[in-house]
Amino acid sequence: MSRILKNTEENIFRVLMFISTTFILTILAIIIYSIFEKGIEFISWDMLTQTPKGGYYYGKEGGILNAITGSLLLAGSATLLALVIGLPFALFLNVFLIRRKKLVAFIRFLLDMIWGIPSIVYGAFGFTLMIFLGIKTSLLAGIIVVTLFILPIMIRSIDEILRTVPIGLMEASYSLGSNRSETAFRVFVRQAFSGVITAFLLSFGRAIGDAASVLFTAGYTDNLPSSLTEPVATLPLSIFFQLSSPVPEVQGRAYASAMVLTFIILLASLFSRGIGKRYHKTKINF
Amino acid sequence: MEPNLQKIDIRNLNVYHGKDKILKDVNITIPENKITVILGPSGCGKTTLLKCLNRLIDLYPELKAEGQVLINGKDVLNTSEDIHNIRQQMGLLSQRPYPLPMTIYNNIAYGLRLRGVKGRRELHRQVMHYLQMVNLWDEVKNRLRAPASRLSIGQQQRLCLARGLAVNPEIILADEPTSALDPISSQIIEEEFITLKDKYTIVLVTHILRQARRIADHVIFMYLGEVIESGPPEQVLENPQMEKTKAYLKGAFN
Amino acid sequence: MELFNRPIRHRINTIWMVLCLILIVSLPFILSIGLFLKSRLLLEDHSLFDLLFTKVWKPGDGKFGFYPFIVGSVWVTLIAMLISVPICLLTAIHVTQYTRKYVLRIIHPAIDILAGIPSVVYGVWGILVIVPFVSRYLAPIFDYRTLGYSIIAGSLVLSVMIIPFMLNILIEIFRAIPVELKEAALSLGATRWQAIKQVLVKKALPGIIAAFGFGLARAFGETMAVLMVVGNVVKIPKNIFDPGYPLPALIANNYGEMLSIPQYDSALMFAALVLLGVSLFFNVIMHFLISRYNKY
Repeated sequence: MSRILKNTEENIFRVLMFISTTFILTILAIIIYSIFEKGIEFISWDMLTQTPKGGYYYGKEGGILNAITGSLLLAGSATLLALVIGLPFALFLNVFLIRRKKLVAFIRFLLDMIWGIPSIVYGAFGFTLMIFLGIKTSLLAGIIVVTLFILPIMIRSIDEILRTVPIGLMEASYSLGSNRSETAFRVFVRQAFSGVITAFLLSFGRAIGDAASVLFTAGYTDNLPSSLTEPVATLPLSIFFQLSSPVPEVQGRAYASAMVLTFIILLASLFSRGIGKRYHKTKINF
Repeated sequence: MEPNLQKIDIRNLNVYHGKDKILKDVNITIPENKITVILGPSGCGKTTLLKCLNRLIDLYPELKAEGQVLINGKDVLNTSEDIHNIRQQMGLLSQRPYPLPMTIYNNIAYGLRLRGVKGRRELHRQVMHYLQMVNLWDEVKNRLRAPASRLSIGQQQRLCLARGLAVNPEIILADEPTSALDPISSQIIEEEFITLKDKYTIVLVTHILRQARRIADHVIFMYLGEVIESGPPEQVLENPQMEKTKAYLKGAFN
Repeated sequence: MELFNRPIRHRINTIWMVLCLILIVSLPFILSIGLFLKSRLLLEDHSLFDLLFTKVWKPGDGKFGFYPFIVGSVWVTLIAMLISVPICLLTAIHVTQYTRKYVLRIIHPAIDILAGIPSVVYGVWGILVIVPFVSRYLAPIFDYRTLGYSIIAGSLVLSVMIIPFMLNILIEIFRAIPVELKEAALSLGATRWQAIKQVLVKKALPGIIAAFGFGLARAFGETMAVLMVVGNVVKIPKNIFDPGYPLPALIANNYGEMLSIPQYDSALMFAALVLLGVSLFFNVIMHFLISRYNKY
């Protein structure tokens, strides 16, 4: 009798579990469908190849090229910068500090803390710093703040891959006479290459999608990005600002931006899976 | 009752992993109140065979078993009876100790409660009884409420043995139970087995030849999913009939 | 690559790495100190208690009561957790204990994509789907009329956003539990459900709590998506269909215009400091919980 009751409990939970799993997959489908269904109405060749005409808040003509190029430029530069800082750092943790286990654990702990800091805090802090230093909103300021924001993500994702590199490979490299930095850059990087690509794409996705950190720092403009010291438009802000406009055509630009942004994110996700698989071959399996 | 009672009788057992056959036409009997050692190189299907006995292969959807596994004459693979009661007839000891995430006391009491033992005093009496059976009582009696993970690996393995005994089984299934232990702890476990065989039928999977020599009453040699030879240790270990057994005993597979 | 000889190259690499190390290690301290220095102007005139627990928000008159914003943040976060916690836990157990492996192969990319969708896109989705849903279907059930921009709309959007984050951790935790532990419970005669409930969940409990703690911290600081659907009215919400105004939205909505009043500027930096504090606090606590994971 009690066995039957226990089975009933399990069965109720199994139904709930099935609903939960289905719910998550359905929600994902709904999100993508609703963004694309709305965006496709407004997507056109002009939308993708022109800048807004007559002001981004009221002007009915033009497209979102300013935001697309701005976003790609900002996110691309920030991700490259984060890679240049982050990759050596992750190598440093795993090759140079291999005997300082406590220090490495502490650094990982700090990185996880930094990862958790809300991006709006970065934005607010960056804004304060810019006023203090007398810099105005610009592409450069945006790049710096976004780099800091994605740095922990970049380092921790590369770090997780490097941790799986077996110590035997390091021993082999040293015994061939390589020094530590050669071991790091030649052996470890090659072994972890697909992981580095994945980390890069993951960080790029974060960088191109985050609005709160660029809101104060990169500013917004109707023009194409021209120099590092000028403000630059980004897709997230193109969505945020234009959606609140009373003009339907301007709102359309926001929906088109949302679709383009989602498309870029999906593409990055697809790439990271595909490339991850492809470069697996050069990796030596142990 | 037959005079020569076979506790476990396996007939035409085949286990498939997808299209691969990982156990091929296994036909063996395991005698009561004896230590039966299943011997063979790693990957020969010993562990899978053990998991067929208490039907833990249900946990692995990719594995499919065909044939009969008769325990006390009852086919556990195709039974309508509650599998949980059948599993309680067999205590399991795995390669490494996996204490339940509870106190030392509750590790034993968990199975007792599942068996329906009630009342604090009775529970305590039985917990003590089973811990004494594995000679662990004196070492832990002052810290029964401590987490089981604080014990040493050897103590944990004895705790796991006591835990298995507490559900009052008739059979003990042991899957290389000493492979994670130091020599002294291993010896303690082996001695436990010799004491326990008066009351229990013990099935021990191992790849350690010397262990088999020390404690086996009955030996089954397996290779690549097939039973090559079985019989008393004097025969299988000292005077093998089959070429593969001879090769293994000479160390050709290790 | 052959620009310098080996020892010099080695030296440059080492210096570069140490510089990066200093940057990373000092970042949280620089952020905290910087924001604290900026909020000092506000803290000179107002006690911390007044700031956190008074209700009047009139920057022009020097009145900075953060209470409505804190209430807004707490409501939105807690309701979002209430929705997503059971969903995450049930799904994690489902895909690790019950379904075949291919379900995991479907759910993993789904989690990745959900986690990758930017905050503003969630906001757009909220405006397109959730806000009308609240206004047309959910609120009328409770006999309530609203445009839909409300605490509950913010919570619903937020709950979907934190699901991938928490679910990912939970799946990792359940997969890390050795199958032998489950086998041990089953061999003692437990049913599958008993083994899950009494052994596996218990084993995973510190990790489960930590996953939800990390999720909570993340939800508390989430800005854009919530901002777009929550209504942004400075008022203490009476029920979940009222609009609210969480702390991150306060910062994001008022940037730039705050510069005219120095104390206003200081107040927003104080808000950022509170967010930073909450985030660090929860992350530190959960980190220590996880590091004590192996108690059992």
